Amino acid sequence: MLPARMSDDRRYALSAVFGPALPEMVSNYTPHARRLRIQVVETGPGFAVLTLPFHEELIGDPSRGVVFGGVITTLIDQASGLAVACALEELLAIATVDLRVDYLRAARPGQNLFARAECYRVTRNIAFVRASAYERAPDDPFASCLGTFMIGANNAGTPFSGNRAKS
Amino acid sequence: MSRLVDAIPYARLLGVRIEPTAIGWDCVLPFSEDIIGNPRLPAIHGGVIGSFLELTALLHLIDESGSTERVPKPINFSIDYLRSAGPHDTRARAQIFKLGRRVAVVHVTAWQDDEQKPVAAGNGKFLL
Repeated sequence: MLPARMSDDRRYALSAVFGPALPEMVSNYTPHARRLRIQVVETGPGFAVLTLPFHEELIGDPSRGVVFGGVITTLIDQASGLAVACALEELLAIATVDLRVDYLRAARPGQNLFARAECYRVTRNIAFVRASAYERAPDDPFASCLGTFMIGANNAGTPFSGNRAKS
Repeated sequence: MSRLVDAIPYARLLGVRIEPTAIGWDCVLPFSEDIIGNPRLPAIHGGVIGSFLELTALLHLIDESGSTERVPKPINFSIDYLRSAGPHDTRARAQIFKLGRRVAVVHVTAWQDDEQKPVAAGNGKFLL
Protein backbone atom coordinates (compact mmCIF):
# COMPACT_ATOMS: atom_id res chain seq x y z
CA MET A 1 0.00 0.00 0.00
CA LEU A 2 2.93 2.32 0.57
CA PRO A 3 5.27 1.67 -2.34
CA ALA A 4 8.89 2.62 -1.76
CA ARG A 5 9.61 5.80 -3.66
CA MET A 6 13.35 5.89 -3.23
CA SER A 7 15.09 5.52 -6.56
CA ASP A 8 16.65 2.19 -7.44
CA ASP A 9 19.94 3.71 -8.57
CA ARG A 10 20.55 5.34 -5.22
CA ARG A 11 23.09 3.70 -2.96
CA TYR A 12 22.04 3.10 0.62
CA ALA A 13 24.19 2.95 3.72
CA LEU A 14 22.23 -0.03 5.01
CA SER A 15 21.73 -1.85 1.72
CA ALA A 16 24.07 -4.62 2.83
CA VAL A 17 21.70 -5.44 5.68
CA PHE A 18 18.34 -4.80 4.01
CA GLY A 19 15.95 -7.62 4.61
CA PRO A 20 15.63 -9.45 7.89
CA ALA A 21 19.25 -8.85 9.00
CA LEU A 22 18.54 -5.64 10.90
CA PRO A 23 16.69 -7.06 13.92
CA GLU A 24 19.77 -7.54 16.02
CA MET A 25 20.95 -3.98 15.42
CA VAL A 26 17.63 -2.45 16.36
CA SER A 27 17.03 -4.54 19.44
CA ASN A 28 20.60 -4.26 20.66
CA TYR A 29 21.01 -0.53 20.27
CA THR A 30 17.59 0.78 21.25
CA PRO A 31 16.97 -0.18 24.88
CA HIS A 32 13.31 0.77 24.87
CA ALA A 33 12.63 -1.24 21.70
CA ARG A 34 14.28 -4.17 23.43
CA ARG A 35 12.14 -3.59 26.54
CA LEU A 36 8.96 -3.71 24.42
CA ARG A 37 10.33 -6.64 22.37
CA ILE A 38 9.92 -4.74 19.10
CA GLN A 39 11.30 -6.74 16.19
CA VAL A 40 12.12 -5.97 12.58
CA VAL A 41 10.04 -7.83 10.02
CA GLU A 42 11.39 -6.32 6.84
CA THR A 43 13.51 -3.42 5.59
CA GLY A 44 14.43 -2.10 2.17
CA PRO A 45 15.18 1.15 0.35
CA GLY A 46 13.44 3.82 2.44
CA PHE A 47 11.04 1.55 4.28
CA ALA A 48 10.80 -0.59 7.39
CA VAL A 49 8.22 -2.96 8.87
CA LEU A 50 8.34 -3.64 12.60
CA THR A 51 6.25 -5.76 14.90
CA LEU A 52 5.35 -5.40 18.56
CA PRO A 53 4.24 -8.66 20.20
CA PHE A 54 1.18 -8.18 22.38
CA HIS A 55 1.70 -8.40 26.09
CA GLU A 56 -0.37 -7.34 29.08
CA GLU A 57 2.03 -4.57 30.09
CA LEU A 58 1.07 -2.54 27.02
CA ILE A 59 -2.59 -2.21 27.91
CA GLY A 60 -4.00 1.30 28.34
CA ASP A 61 -7.64 0.57 29.06
CA PRO A 62 -7.88 -2.58 31.25
CA SER A 63 -11.66 -2.83 30.79
CA ARG A 64 -11.25 -3.27 27.03
CA GLY A 65 -7.80 -4.87 26.98
CA VAL A 66 -6.69 -2.37 24.36
CA VAL A 67 -3.06 -1.32 23.93
CA PHE A 68 -2.35 2.25 25.08
CA GLY A 69 -2.33 4.74 22.18
CA GLY A 70 1.13 5.95 23.08
CA VAL A 71 2.54 2.45 22.58
CA ILE A 72 1.53 2.77 18.94
CA THR A 73 3.39 6.09 18.82
CA THR A 74 6.51 4.29 20.05
CA LEU A 75 6.20 1.52 17.47
CA ILE A 76 5.58 4.03 14.67
CA ASP A 77 8.41 6.31 15.80
CA GLN A 78 10.78 3.37 15.84
CA ALA A 79 9.65 2.16 12.40
CA SER A 80 9.84 5.69 11.00
CA GLY A 81 13.35 6.31 12.32
CA LEU A 82 14.47 3.01 10.83
CA ALA A 83 12.84 3.88 7.49
CA VAL A 84 14.84 7.12 7.47
CA ALA A 85 18.04 5.20 8.24
CA CYS A 86 17.16 2.92 5.33
CA ALA A 87 16.81 5.94 3.03
CA LEU A 88 20.23 7.45 3.77
CA GLU A 89 23.39 7.11 1.71
CA GLU A 90 25.51 7.38 4.83
CA LEU A 91 24.55 6.72 8.42
CA LEU A 92 23.85 9.92 10.29
CA ALA A 93 22.10 10.72 13.55
CA ILE A 94 18.33 10.86 13.19
CA ALA A 95 16.13 12.90 15.51
CA THR A 96 12.34 13.10 15.46
CA VAL A 97 11.13 16.65 14.74
CA ASP A 98 7.43 15.88 14.89
CA LEU A 99 4.89 13.09 14.66
CA ARG A 100 1.16 13.17 14.20
CA VAL A 101 -0.73 9.95 14.78
CA ASP A 102 -4.36 9.49 13.73
CA TYR A 103 -6.17 6.74 15.59
CA LEU A 104 -8.46 5.36 12.91
CA ARG A 105 -10.00 2.76 15.21
CA ALA A 106 -9.09 0.85 18.36
CA ALA A 107 -6.45 -1.83 17.94
CA ARG A 108 -7.98 -5.26 18.43
CA PRO A 109 -7.25 -6.68 21.89
CA GLY A 110 -4.61 -9.35 22.27
CA GLN A 111 -3.12 -9.01 18.79
CA ASN A 112 0.47 -8.52 17.73
CA LEU A 113 0.87 -5.10 16.15
CA PHE A 114 2.77 -4.10 13.03
CA ALA A 115 3.94 -0.75 11.72
CA ARG A 116 5.15 0.01 8.24
CA ALA A 117 6.95 3.29 7.64
CA GLU A 118 8.02 4.77 4.33
CA CYS A 119 10.51 7.59 4.04
CA TYR A 120 9.29 9.15 0.81
CA ARG A 121 11.52 12.20 0.68
CA VAL A 122 14.97 13.05 2.00
CA THR A 123 16.45 16.54 1.78
CA ARG A 124 19.85 17.61 3.12
CA ASN A 125 18.49 18.15 6.63
CA ILE A 126 14.99 16.74 6.82
CA ALA A 127 13.37 13.38 6.05
CA PHE A 128 9.62 12.98 5.53
CA VAL A 129 7.88 9.79 6.55
CA ARG A 130 4.43 8.31 6.46
CA ALA A 131 3.53 5.26 8.43
CA SER A 132 0.61 3.10 9.39
CA ALA A 133 -0.07 0.45 11.99
CA TYR A 134 -2.21 -2.68 11.65
CA GLU A 135 -2.78 -6.09 13.22
CA ARG A 136 -2.95 -8.30 10.13
CA ALA A 137 -3.67 -6.52 6.89
CA PRO A 138 -1.70 -3.44 5.87
CA ASP A 139 -4.79 -2.20 4.03
CA ASP A 140 -6.82 -2.27 7.25
CA PRO A 141 -4.77 0.02 9.50
CA PHE A 142 -5.87 1.18 12.94
CA ALA A 143 -3.49 4.14 12.95
CA SER A 144 -1.76 6.32 10.39
CA CYS A 145 1.04 8.77 10.95
CA LEU A 146 3.04 11.57 9.37
CA GLY A 147 6.46 12.39 10.71
CA THR A 148 9.45 14.59 10.00
CA PHE A 149 12.98 13.82 11.08
CA MET A 150 16.17 15.86 11.33
CA ILE A 151 19.21 14.23 9.78
CA GLY A 152 22.64 14.77 11.33
CA ALA A 153 21.02 16.55 14.25
CA ASN A 154 23.92 15.95 16.62
CA ASN A 155 27.36 14.43 16.60
CA ALA A 156 26.52 11.52 18.79
CA GLY A 157 25.83 9.10 15.95
CA THR A 158 22.97 6.72 15.46
CA PRO A 159 22.22 3.68 17.56
CA PHE A 160 23.59 1.72 14.61
CA SER A 161 26.85 3.59 14.22
CA GLY A 162 27.40 3.60 17.97
CA ASN A 163 28.95 0.21 18.26
CA ARG A 164 31.16 0.72 15.27
CA ALA A 165 32.55 3.96 16.66
CA LYS A 166 33.38 2.32 19.97
CA SER A 167 35.11 -0.72 18.60
CA MET B 1 -5.19 10.14 40.07
CA SER B 2 -2.38 7.97 41.42
CA ARG B 3 -4.77 5.01 41.70
CA LEU B 4 -5.82 5.55 38.12
CA VAL B 5 -2.20 5.55 36.97
CA ASP B 6 -1.63 2.29 38.85
CA ALA B 7 -4.60 0.77 37.03
CA ILE B 8 -3.04 1.42 33.61
CA PRO B 9 -0.47 -1.30 32.87
CA TYR B 10 1.47 0.78 30.37
CA ALA B 11 1.74 3.71 32.83
CA ARG B 12 3.19 1.25 35.34
CA LEU B 13 5.68 -0.03 32.76
CA LEU B 14 6.92 3.54 32.24
CA GLY B 15 6.91 4.13 36.02
CA VAL B 16 4.80 7.30 35.66
CA ARG B 17 3.68 8.93 38.90
CA ILE B 18 1.58 11.93 39.90
CA GLU B 19 3.04 14.81 41.86
CA PRO B 20 0.84 17.55 43.34
CA THR B 21 1.79 21.15 42.58
CA ALA B 22 0.53 24.52 43.79
CA ILE B 23 -1.91 24.69 40.88
CA GLY B 24 -2.88 21.04 40.46
CA TRP B 25 -0.62 18.15 39.59
CA ASP B 26 2.11 17.12 37.15
CA CYS B 27 2.94 13.74 35.69
CA VAL B 28 6.50 12.57 36.29
CA LEU B 29 8.34 10.09 34.08
CA PRO B 30 11.34 8.80 36.07
CA PHE B 31 14.44 8.18 34.01
CA SER B 32 15.48 4.54 33.61
CA GLU B 33 17.71 2.58 31.27
CA ASP B 34 14.62 0.92 29.82
CA ILE B 35 13.23 4.11 28.24
CA ILE B 36 16.38 5.06 26.33
CA GLY B 37 16.02 5.40 22.56
CA ASN B 38 19.54 6.46 21.64
CA PRO B 39 22.14 5.10 24.08
CA ARG B 40 24.95 7.16 22.58
CA LEU B 41 23.58 10.51 23.79
CA PRO B 42 21.83 9.07 25.85
CA ALA B 43 18.33 10.27 25.00
CA ILE B 44 14.89 9.04 25.98
CA HIS B 45 12.98 7.31 23.18
CA GLY B 46 10.81 9.75 21.22
CA GLY B 47 7.95 7.29 21.39
CA VAL B 48 8.16 7.19 25.18
CA ILE B 49 8.02 11.00 25.34
CA GLY B 50 5.01 10.91 23.01
CA SER B 51 3.31 8.24 25.11
CA PHE B 52 4.00 10.21 28.27
CA LEU B 53 2.46 13.37 26.78
CA GLU B 54 -0.59 11.45 25.63
CA LEU B 55 -0.97 9.78 29.01
CA THR B 56 -0.76 13.16 30.76
CA ALA B 57 -3.39 14.62 28.44
CA LEU B 58 -5.72 11.67 29.01
CA LEU B 59 -5.31 11.77 32.80
CA HIS B 60 -6.12 15.48 32.84
CA LEU B 61 -9.28 14.87 30.85
CA ILE B 62 -10.37 12.07 33.17
CA ASP B 63 -9.61 14.29 36.17
CA GLU B 64 -11.66 17.10 34.64
CA SER B 65 -14.64 14.86 33.91
CA GLY B 66 -14.42 13.30 37.38
CA SER B 67 -15.44 9.91 35.99
CA THR B 68 -13.60 6.87 34.74
CA GLU B 69 -16.76 5.28 33.37
CA ARG B 70 -16.25 6.60 29.87
CA VAL B 71 -12.57 6.94 29.08
CA PRO B 72 -12.01 9.55 26.33
CA LYS B 73 -10.74 8.02 23.09
CA PRO B 74 -7.85 9.64 21.27
CA ILE B 75 -8.70 10.89 17.77
CA ASN B 76 -5.23 12.05 17.01
CA PHE B 77 -2.12 13.18 18.79
CA SER B 78 0.59 15.44 17.49
CA ILE B 79 4.02 15.85 19.08
CA ASP B 80 6.70 18.48 18.52
CA TYR B 81 10.12 17.37 19.71
CA LEU B 82 11.88 20.51 20.88
CA ARG B 83 15.05 19.25 22.55
CA SER B 84 16.78 15.97 23.15
CA ALA B 85 15.44 14.47 26.38
CA GLY B 86 18.48 13.52 28.44
CA PRO B 87 18.92 10.98 31.25
CA HIS B 88 16.79 12.87 33.78
CA ASP B 89 13.26 12.74 35.14
CA THR B 90 10.72 14.38 32.83
CA ARG B 91 7.65 16.30 33.99
CA ALA B 92 4.53 17.05 31.99
CA ARG B 93 1.58 19.35 32.51
CA ALA B 94 -1.60 19.49 30.45
CA GLN B 95 -4.04 22.25 29.72
CA ILE B 96 -7.50 21.54 28.41
CA PHE B 97 -7.89 24.08 25.62
CA LYS B 98 -11.43 23.22 24.72
CA LEU B 99 -13.88 20.88 26.38
CA GLY B 100 -16.75 20.50 23.96
CA ARG B 101 -19.69 18.15 24.11
CA ARG B 102 -18.02 15.58 21.91
CA VAL B 103 -14.43 16.63 21.36
CA ALA B 104 -11.78 17.90 23.76
CA VAL B 105 -8.53 19.59 22.74
CA VAL B 106 -5.63 19.21 25.16
CA HIS B 107 -2.19 20.82 25.05
CA VAL B 108 0.68 19.24 26.97
CA THR B 109 4.22 20.37 27.65
CA ALA B 110 7.11 18.26 28.97
CA TRP B 111 10.36 19.50 30.46
CA GLN B 112 13.26 18.23 32.53
CA ASP B 113 15.22 20.69 34.66
CA ASP B 114 13.83 23.96 33.41
CA GLU B 115 10.15 24.48 32.69
CA GLN B 116 11.12 27.32 30.35
CA LYS B 117 13.04 24.84 28.19
CA PRO B 118 10.48 22.21 27.20
CA VAL B 119 11.73 18.99 25.59
CA ALA B 120 8.42 18.33 23.82
CA ALA B 121 4.93 19.70 23.30
CA GLY B 122 1.82 17.73 22.40
CA ASN B 123 -1.62 18.50 21.08
CA GLY B 124 -4.32 15.87 21.37
CA LYS B 125 -7.93 15.62 20.32
CA PHE B 126 -10.13 13.18 22.20
CA LEU B 127 -13.63 11.92 21.59
CA LEU B 128 -15.60 12.22 24.82
